[in-house]
Amino acid sequence: MKNEIKGAREKREFVLSVISLLLMAALVAMAQFDLLPIVGKYEKQVLNLCAIYTILGLSMNLVNGFTGLFSLGQAGFMAIGAYTTSLLIMAPETKDRVFYLEPIHPFVGALQAPFWVALLLSGLLAAVVAFFIGFPVLRLRGDYLAIATLGFAEIIRIIFLNTQTVTNGSMGIKAIPPTANLFWCFGAAALMVLFMLRLIHSTYGRAFKAIRDDEIAAEAMGINLFRHKMYAFILSAFMAGVGGGLMASVVSAITPNLFRFTLAYDILLIVVLGGMGSITGTVVAAFVITIAKEWLRWLDAGFTAGPLKVPEIPGLRMVVFSVLLMCIILFYRQGFFGSKEFSWKGLAALPKNLGIKIRRLFSRDKKEAA
Amino acid sequence: MQPVLRTEHVTMRFGGVMAVGDLNIELFPHEIVAIIGPNGAGKTTAFNLITGVYVPTEGKVFFAPGGEGGKLVDITGKKADAITRMGMARTFQNIRLFKSQTVYENILIGQHLHVKAGLFASVSGIARKEEQEMRRRADELLELLGLSRVRDELCTSLPYGLQRRLEIARALATNPTLLLLDEPAAGMNPQETVELTAFIHDVKEQFNLTVLMIEHHMDLVMDISDRIYVLDFGQTIAAGTPAEIQNNDRVIEAYLGGNTDA
Repeated sequence: MKNEIKGAREKREFVLSVISLLLMAALVAMAQFDLLPIVGKYEKQVLNLCAIYTILGLSMNLVNGFTGLFSLGQAGFMAIGAYTTSLLIMAPETKDRVFYLEPIHPFVGALQAPFWVALLLSGLLAAVVAFFIGFPVLRLRGDYLAIATLGFAEIIRIIFLNTQTVTNGSMGIKAIPPTANLFWCFGAAALMVLFMLRLIHSTYGRAFKAIRDDEIAAEAMGINLFRHKMYAFILSAFMAGVGGGLMASVVSAITPNLFRFTLAYDILLIVVLGGMGSITGTVVAAFVITIAKEWLRWLDAGFTAGPLKVPEIPGLRMVVFSVLLMCIILFYRQGFFGSKEFSWKGLAALPKNLGIKIRRLFSRDKKEAA
Repeated sequence: MQPVLRTEHVTMRFGGVMAVGDLNIELFPHEIVAIIGPNGAGKTTAFNLITGVYVPTEGKVFFAPGGEGGKLVDITGKKADAITRMGMARTFQNIRLFKSQTVYENILIGQHLHVKAGLFASVSGIARKEEQEMRRRADELLELLGLSRVRDELCTSLPYGLQRRLEIARALATNPTLLLLDEPAAGMNPQETVELTAFIHDVKEQFNLTVLMIEHHMDLVMDISDRIYVLDFGQTIAAGTPAEIQNNDRVIEAYLGGNTDA
């Protein structure tokens, strides 16, 4: 009897999930084919970035949130992915035109692959590099790991800056074909979300969380720490590589300086705001932050608020995010979702729970006033 | 009879301090052996040396992976996770559960070391059978150890006594032949201690284990131990049956005034 009720609920939730996923897919398709009046070329671009930041956020959350490794090497893996995709999807003639200062290496110049192959190779190459970087750095802990991964990301950038015949050095690569559209970005993001969900609920995901919770106990349970950290690190690098590849195609021009270590902080903001260890949180935060970043552009342009005249200060909007990050860390460390995930049950209970929270808030105020 | 665990002249120095000196212990199948001694005697260090957390400065540790009748293998210098995979599981003095996980998930993690499927087989669902088998065994274990009631509770929300019990359950999930318990009754009241004594005894019988434990509660130690090793300042000052230990002058001296309830 009880099982029947449970089965019925599961069925209903499954149907709800399928319907909402189809609805989302339909919205993406309509946006792509310009059937939504509010989504123009610019909005499409922002949505693309939202999806890409979802991938990057998941990539960082896997290592930082689920496995408890403080790694900041995302920018490096993204750079590898971005350059791999760019060089593979550009036509040889275009490459010759872009590499005008010093001709491109003939082998790299001749390489070409379809977009999906390029993305896959981007991820794989980033994963291979992560494998080799992992050997020295994954023996480190905490802050030391963060510094080491940051260092390796910078090394990758510096290498790209100096391998003129492959990466065009500081001039970067321009005219990258804009193959990545909403389908590609949202498709890849959806695949990554699905993969993460399956991973986290698999026995390997549980092992990752065990390492995060208590390394010594995890080792005493027979979990090979180094190997499992390596799994997480490599998978994370793969995702970052794919994200980088998509980003290159979306922004159409890349330079090594696009992949400065500050990029890792942009992603970290998403992961922390959404909640370390929450896939839902990463997805929501990726959209919120990416859209907010665009929406707040008016701050940079200068504005007048009553008697206050703020001149044009480029980068002022980033101050907002710095303040936001500080506030989260000081007052709301678990982020939007903590380590919780979306569920229909949770959504149904949301009005009730919110009511309780608000009532509690007011009753506390009264007590303090009295 | 052949021992399942043997340490030969195991010594551990931290700088100039000798935490454990010339430790020679032997464990035979199905025994419950206790290590006792005053605070700082080197008991937990001895545990860490046996389980591979530390590598001894001198001496060797041998363990029979197959349990009873297994051949002794030199495990000195092996990593802790490798030793656990050979069939030696432990608990910790200060409970170390996986805090963000439920009771059930803690048990599942304990079984991870036996997973044969690779990461992709596991994620894609090709290895669904193995996962189901793990879940079935976890439920079985919880049922057996009386933890089914709290299956889906967060492990940190359990009362202290149950947390200790869960830690033992998690160790059993690794399918050990030798179980090491580091102060299983620490912080327990007399009633809980009596229950724990029975629990350890039952578990040993049911899972066909050899048990090595560190304990301060003398009632518990004298009640269920087959043999006892007494450490003081890293040295083994006595070894024998509970009756022998209770009448040993050096032991009485180490415990100041002969009050065995110390």
